Amino acid sequence: MDLLGLLHDLFFDYTLRTVALGVGVLGIVSGALGSFAMLRRQSLLGDAISHAALPGVVLAFMLTGSKSPIVLLLGAAVAGLVSTLIMIGINRYTRIKEDSALGIILSVFFGFGLLLLTFLQRNPDARQAGLNKFLFGQAATLLVEDVLVMSAFGGLALLLMLLFWKEFKLLTFDRDFGASLGYPMTLIEILVTILLVIAIVIGLQAVGVVLMSAMVVAPAAAARQWTNRLSLMVALASLFGALAGVSGALISSTGAGLSTGPVIVLCASAIVIISLLLAPNRGLLWHWLARLQNRRRLQTEQVLSNLYLLASQHAEPTYPHAAAALQVMGAKPESVLQSLKALAAEGFVQQAQNSHWALTPTGTQRAEQLVRQRNGA
Amino acid sequence: MTSLQIEIQLIASVVAIACALPGVFLVLRQMAMMSDAISHTVLLGIVIMFFLVGSLESPLLIVGATIMGVITVSLVEVLNRTKLVKQDAAIALVFPALFSVAVILISRFARGVHLDVDAVLLGELAFAPFDRLAFFGLDLPRALVVMGIVLAINITFIVLFFKELKLATFDSGLAAALGFSPALIHYGLMASVSITAVGAFDAVGSILVVALMVTPAAAAYLLTNDLKRMLWLSAVIGVISALGGYWMARWLDANIAGSMASITGLVFLIIFLGAPERGIIAVALRRSRQRWDFAQSMLTIHLLQHEGKPEAERESRSDHLVEHLRWLPDHAEKVIRYAERKGMIRRQSGQLLLTDAGRTLARQAMVH
Repeated sequence: MDLLGLLHDLFFDYTLRTVALGVGVLGIVSGALGSFAMLRRQSLLGDAISHAALPGVVLAFMLTGSKSPIVLLLGAAVAGLVSTLIMIGINRYTRIKEDSALGIILSVFFGFGLLLLTFLQRNPDARQAGLNKFLFGQAATLLVEDVLVMSAFGGLALLLMLLFWKEFKLLTFDRDFGASLGYPMTLIEILVTILLVIAIVIGLQAVGVVLMSAMVVAPAAAARQWTNRLSLMVALASLFGALAGVSGALISSTGAGLSTGPVIVLCASAIVIISLLLAPNRGLLWHWLARLQNRRRLQTEQVLSNLYLLASQHAEPTYPHAAAALQVMGAKPESVLQSLKALAAEGFVQQAQNSHWALTPTGTQRAEQLVRQRNGA
Repeated sequence: MTSLQIEIQLIASVVAIACALPGVFLVLRQMAMMSDAISHTVLLGIVIMFFLVGSLESPLLIVGATIMGVITVSLVEVLNRTKLVKQDAAIALVFPALFSVAVILISRFARGVHLDVDAVLLGELAFAPFDRLAFFGLDLPRALVVMGIVLAINITFIVLFFKELKLATFDSGLAAALGFSPALIHYGLMASVSITAVGAFDAVGSILVVALMVTPAAAAYLLTNDLKRMLWLSAVIGVISALGGYWMARWLDANIAGSMASITGLVFLIIFLGAPERGIIAVALRRSRQRWDFAQSMLTIHLLQHEGKPEAERESRSDHLVEHLRWLPDHAEKVIRYAERKGMIRRQSGQLLLTDAGRTLARQAMVH
């Protein structure tokens, strides 16, 4: 299918439009709230919460018998929140570290959810079809009703984030300062966690338990590379999240056997890789280029000062010397010619005859300057 | 019990011990979540190896999965070393991506092959005894043979390198200074976690791998300060959870792995609450006792200061404490009763008098 056809479908194909809208909303919300989690070094909290939501979903269904998205989401949210509070408790009251607490909560809650789910499955009165969606996510089955619920919860979460922007910023960057100003930092922390829980549970249906953690962290990690400002980062993370969601939905609509969740995660990962490589200032590619340039410059300067050293053995400073002699003096003989050409381009040296090179007067000055700098330092 | 039931319980116990041993080091080295990452990405190793050798039975699959586990760890470290993302974010970026690749490869190129994602994540121990192979002339379940070998490898690794593991875990700087390579130990441990994860997830699923690696070890960590004892305890807790989980699953007719994970959680909860020194209840009791002891010391010091002085009669009346020590009347009464019970003071016609023990306590408290 060509790109135009895809775009056409995006706007006019009912199912695809619904799915794309759903995962787009999810990307925006999880990108924005994931930023706070990532900056607060709680990237793996998303993983734990998404797993811990499973028993909540199943229990909500068992208690109400309803499969409406709003009931299941509420169940998931309650379980996610309870799990987070237990995690904080384990952390605070024992010597068990955060990573172990996360692992315990994640696996035990998920195992318990699985126990309930299979228990339910074998009970002929209550078919649990539809609950499985929460395990692996089936974006393709998103209905307009689901998208509406997702948008309502997500919109509420974003609104609260904007309302408490200043408080969240304080919590993220200088919790103690916030406490000294009299802000109830523990309450703010709980609020931020509740919002993260909301962001995660609205995504479970679309991408599933395992991959939801990537939707929390990947857009935020990508956005972090482009800016040092929180507001810009949150906006960018939302954008990246939506981009990953919609492009993932589009790509998976083209091929059979491409489930949406994994494709969305790979799109998000691609955005992360591009950001890590290309982002201005922090990008790895620029660092490598800068290092390469630096190394070249040092080599070239070395060749120039070597030539100066040779020339100083003679009465006239512009006495030509064989490139081979310079090659013997350096650690990297193969790069000497390259350096000589670079120096010639700057007018510091000139080629005398066949492979002999001589300093120009400006080259002599430059070399003297370099030697002085080096001795001075 | 039928031989089928015994076999399932045997497999579950062997898996539990095999997971608990490397789990102890993960918990101590604060790398518990690495088990989560590895137990997911080994799937990619299995898929790639399956495409290369074309069979799901080949032992090369385990080799491929183990290598993928180690690759996962090194990818996390490479990302972490760029300093562009923190370690927790690096884990959360790497493993969902690799897992997604695996899921896509399976759904696109390996449809119909017995390699489905549900089974990998959730496992179904109940079916494990039906997959059998001949091992030295014995007809045994494949999972039991595989996990028995994995357990043997883990035990050998820990016994041979116990000193190195201990040193690298508690003081990696010293380990490096003494010429042991912490990196080598680190990757050895990660290889052990990977091989355990891949061996186990066939039978119990990747989530239970995390439950069995982290939860018993964390519970054991609350019970002891001794590494060897911690290894033993977490193995025992693992086996208890395995057996308890099996019987609960039978009783409820539910998934065994989920039931085992729930029981590990239950055991952890019991230890979390009731551990003799570090349990919540013990800590709360100790704190409250300390508070009363402190108040009692204050009271005896106060009485000692004024004992035998002209103002003693006024100062040693119980209602005066409210004014002088700024205690609420209720609280003052409770402290007095506590001190009375401990034999530090006695009441005589509205006056509080120190006993010999009380005097000693006050003097000691003042020296401190």
